[in-house]
Amino acid sequence: MAECGRVDSHTMDKSITLPPDEIFRNLENAKRFAIDIGGSLTKLAYYSTVKHKVAKVRSFDHSTKEAASDKLYEISVQEEVTARLHFIKFENAYIETCLDFIKDHLVNTETKVIKATGGGAHKFKVLIERKLGLKVDKEDEMSCLIKGCNFVLKNIPHEAFVYAKHADSEFRFQTTDPDIFPYLLVNIGSGVSIAKVESEDKFERIGGSSIGGGTFWGLGALLTKTKRFDELLQLASKGQHSSVDMLVKDIYGGSYGYLGLTGDLIASSFGKSATADKEFSKEDMAKSLLHMISNDIGQLACLYARLHNLSRVYFGGFFIRGHPLTMHTITYSINFFTKGEVQALFLRHEGYLGAIGAFLKGAEEDNPNQYSWGENYAGSSGLMSVSPDMYPMQRARSGTFDMLEMDRLDRQLVNLPLLQEPSSYIPDTVDLTEDAPAREYWLFCFEDALDGVVKRAVASQPDMPEAAVRAEKFRQKYRHKLQTLRYQPFAYGSLTVRSLLDTREHCLNEFNFPDPYSKIKERENDVALKYYQKVVKSLEELSWEDRQFALVRGVLAGNVFDWGAKAVSDVLESDPEFGFEQAKRQLEDNSGVDIILGVMPLVRELLSRGTEVVLASNSGPALNDVTNGELQILTERIAAMDPVIQSGLRDDRLTLVQNGSSSPCLDLSRLDKALAMVVRERKTDLVIIEGMGRAIHTNYFATLSCESLKLAVIKNSWLADRLGGKLFSVVFKYEVPAGKPSQEAAVLTP
Amino acid sequence: TSVQCDWCVAFPWFGMDIGGTLVKLVYFEPKDITAEEEQEEVENLKSIRRYLTSNIAYGTTGIRDVHLELQDLTLCGRKGNLHFIRFPTHDLPVFLQMGRNKHFSSLHTTLCATGGGAYKFENDFRTMADLQLHKLDELDCLVRGVLYIDSVMSSGPSECYYFENPTDPDHCVQKPYLLENPYPLLLVNIGSGVSILAVYSENNYKRVTGTSLGGGTFLGLCCLLTGCSTFEEALEMASEGESTRVDKLVRDIYGGDYERFGLPGWAVASSFGNMMSKEKRESVSKEDLARATLVTITNNIGSITRMCALNENIERVVFVGNFLRVNTLSMKLLAYAMDYWSKGQLKALFLRHEGYFGAVGALLELLHPS
Repeated sequence: MAECGRVDSHTMDKSITLPPDEIFRNLENAKRFAIDIGGSLTKLAYYSTVKHKVAKVRSFDHSTKEAASDKLYEISVQEEVTARLHFIKFENAYIETCLDFIKDHLVNTETKVIKATGGGAHKFKVLIERKLGLKVDKEDEMSCLIKGCNFVLKNIPHEAFVYAKHADSEFRFQTTDPDIFPYLLVNIGSGVSIAKVESEDKFERIGGSSIGGGTFWGLGALLTKTKRFDELLQLASKGQHSSVDMLVKDIYGGSYGYLGLTGDLIASSFGKSATADKEFSKEDMAKSLLHMISNDIGQLACLYARLHNLSRVYFGGFFIRGHPLTMHTITYSINFFTKGEVQALFLRHEGYLGAIGAFLKGAEEDNPNQYSWGENYAGSSGLMSVSPDMYPMQRARSGTFDMLEMDRLDRQLVNLPLLQEPSSYIPDTVDLTEDAPAREYWLFCFEDALDGVVKRAVASQPDMPEAAVRAEKFRQKYRHKLQTLRYQPFAYGSLTVRSLLDTREHCLNEFNFPDPYSKIKERENDVALKYYQKVVKSLEELSWEDRQFALVRGVLAGNVFDWGAKAVSDVLESDPEFGFEQAKRQLEDNSGVDIILGVMPLVRELLSRGTEVVLASNSGPALNDVTNGELQILTERIAAMDPVIQSGLRDDRLTLVQNGSSSPCLDLSRLDKALAMVVRERKTDLVIIEGMGRAIHTNYFATLSCESLKLAVIKNSWLADRLGGKLFSVVFKYEVPAGKPSQEAAVLTP
Repeated sequence: TSVQCDWCVAFPWFGMDIGGTLVKLVYFEPKDITAEEEQEEVENLKSIRRYLTSNIAYGTTGIRDVHLELQDLTLCGRKGNLHFIRFPTHDLPVFLQMGRNKHFSSLHTTLCATGGGAYKFENDFRTMADLQLHKLDELDCLVRGVLYIDSVMSSGPSECYYFENPTDPDHCVQKPYLLENPYPLLLVNIGSGVSILAVYSENNYKRVTGTSLGGGTFLGLCCLLTGCSTFEEALEMASEGESTRVDKLVRDIYGGDYERFGLPGWAVASSFGNMMSKEKRESVSKEDLARATLVTITNNIGSITRMCALNENIERVVFVGNFLRVNTLSMKLLAYAMDYWSKGQLKALFLRHEGYFGAVGALLELLHPS
């Protein structure tokens, strides 16, 4: 049973004041409320719109070329309204304060109904209706949970994880199979409900058990005179179950070899307490009880999984709620009963499932399931561990407000159709959650670079005097995130260079610094355009073979001009004369800056030999990477000087597409649907991925079903060391999928 | 004159099963002893026979289950009565001392023993009573014992029985069951812990799974919750209690049936779920707690059994083990659960000799080594 009865009623706490900047944000535009009230925690969900600044580029009218000659394009910062989902989790004790707060800040009068689910929804119905003036509309708990579960599995990469207590990283995040169905959801509330989920709309409660969280709590309270669930778990964590349980070795003197049952296996839970003349410690009894219940649930889950032939089993409910101890005992049980064939999976946003589901049921007219959503790292508090001994950053449990914010993405994101095995694709090359030295280095690196980022952000908005204040807020927020990640690297799923970069982008956006590099990019592009024809001319003078090498060197030399890379920015800031010439010397070539002098000549060469080219670039700004908007304009400008590019565009042999990303890295499992469609339609047979972010930090190990070329210059000395090379070494990785030998291999591999 | 065979093992014939909680002993008392034999019989053997058959209690904790005695049984060509004796495992030293006092070892008999204790106490048997144990696997013995007892013709009541109308308390009655063609069979042995076996033929069986929530858990939890100390006491309390005051039922949450998922209002949603509340903890009686413990453990065994039956595609389930001794409450609950949740597909069967099959299997091993 999923229902969790509301028990020992805590007195309402009205003494807290809520910081409006941090909790219940964007309430003024909020609509479509949902609430999930469990045994001790309340989860509130609402839909809101956020106005934020975006940098747009607009081409000048080139018919009046003379007038606009000093500016390449116009950069304007505009306001854009996007949809955001807010989920807030807090203790039931604060429910009244929170409802008052919402009432005071809620402006939108169109909202009439609040969707409600969870065991406490009934109890608080009157209070909610009175305080908010909204009609409470109850939704079935199980279907809300499943709706919520589908939503997070589809929209949040690294949502599911395996828990391994003694591993370097306790949390092993799973790559999400694009097809999330079918799966088994085991919800451990006061009882246990087991549901088989087959599709978005099809699920069935196939079974359950009355021995669940309520049994642990109720029986535990009787045995130990300890009232609270968390305290019982605390007791259990200190106990020794072997003094209460009868083990196989207590019966056999050792193991039961014939059946392969080890001596430490529990033969009879509480088997040793069948006596009137012995006292048992609270800790030991609590531990024994925890084992008994976890094992029992694990066993039933396995029996159901086997009967229905399912291998994905997710666990949720208040018994789990991120408690390392219960995750460990459930994991142990599942391993034991399936001999490792089935893994117990847990969810990072498990506590929010009911609220998300109830919200989605009330928001059907907004079609939330037609969009892709992304976790906003700036606004979400991430996975908190409840073990304060292990994680000193953990806030005091009482008064904790946990938040999840999800942004509606402009584009629907899908897999690159050319991924060899979408279900096992991992974008990131190094998992910093598991690799402690790498984590140490990168966290330091990002913290070290923070001053520079703040400076650049301020500089990007010279006309706005309050930019410095906002930039300072950004600094604090991002630094706090970095500190949290130092202690809880698993807070947002696997910690990676990509996630660190993305978190920084989210924080910058949060404080309205949508594109700190826009001016720098413009300047760079302007310079590069002036060189374009010269570069093309010198390339054309070379023999075919020499030209191929020159083109590749060109792409790589352009790639050095990445202002985000520490080594490069260090050199540039110490020696302003370093630049184009220096980059050329490093690579002994004479090519130009990134896209215009590196990529465009290669595109040109490919077009000349009759190859169709799809040029994919970022949808939104990230560092100094070219955006699709900028690239459109640049390509037009180049087309005006270069007939090859011009005819390519005209004949549709050169297509510019946005990739759906606003990150310096690239997740090939979350690409713009339109790009995926073009890739499929054009029967793409070669993918070139360029740059450190997209080809080294991510996708270095990605295997595609067509030929691929990964190009980058290692611009970070630590990473160069790690990969066994020198700073500014070249990565040129040409791969042919197994069984598809290519004659070109010899030509392109240096 | 009786048919005798000279290849038969010398008396006394014992089979022993040393479990986590109880030691089960079966003893064959030959009734066809010839005068000639009687003369040759050593005094020790006579004294043991007399001691076992003339008493129904041994020491403070040993008990002979007289109602289970199988009379006029022919075993290995000898006619006699089979006696069923039990005592707590923690009193095994007393038993060994007695064996020493009665010079049991001078009889040069092989003592066939099964259960975990055969391994754990092997050394104690040797040092304290000078006895060499012949150790046997407990599940082999269990299966052999069940199939044997069920097959022997006995004048007493039918060995196997079931409950007719298990879902109707007023018309639920115990009825004999003829286990003629027993395979395949799910055999659920509820001792301190639980083992579940799928039996396909006399020599073909597998252990499907087991659970640590068994008879030991019921008694252990009852002792902690109520201060009782024996199984009988715990059962007595349970029979007087009301589990619905302790457990949270579906109707406590949904006000009635949870129709969407076909859950009846009377089903337990959370065992001990009401005990999360302080007020309710203070209002329940020890009897209520004992009853809830019994219901929780029994229903859980029922659930796991049902899932195993589905996974193994077996429709007949035989429940054995000492947890069911004088425990009609649990048997009826199991019968009900099997029938209700399987919509009549599964049949719960019980055997009169509940916990003695391992010991019987050990005895058979002595007479007919496999």
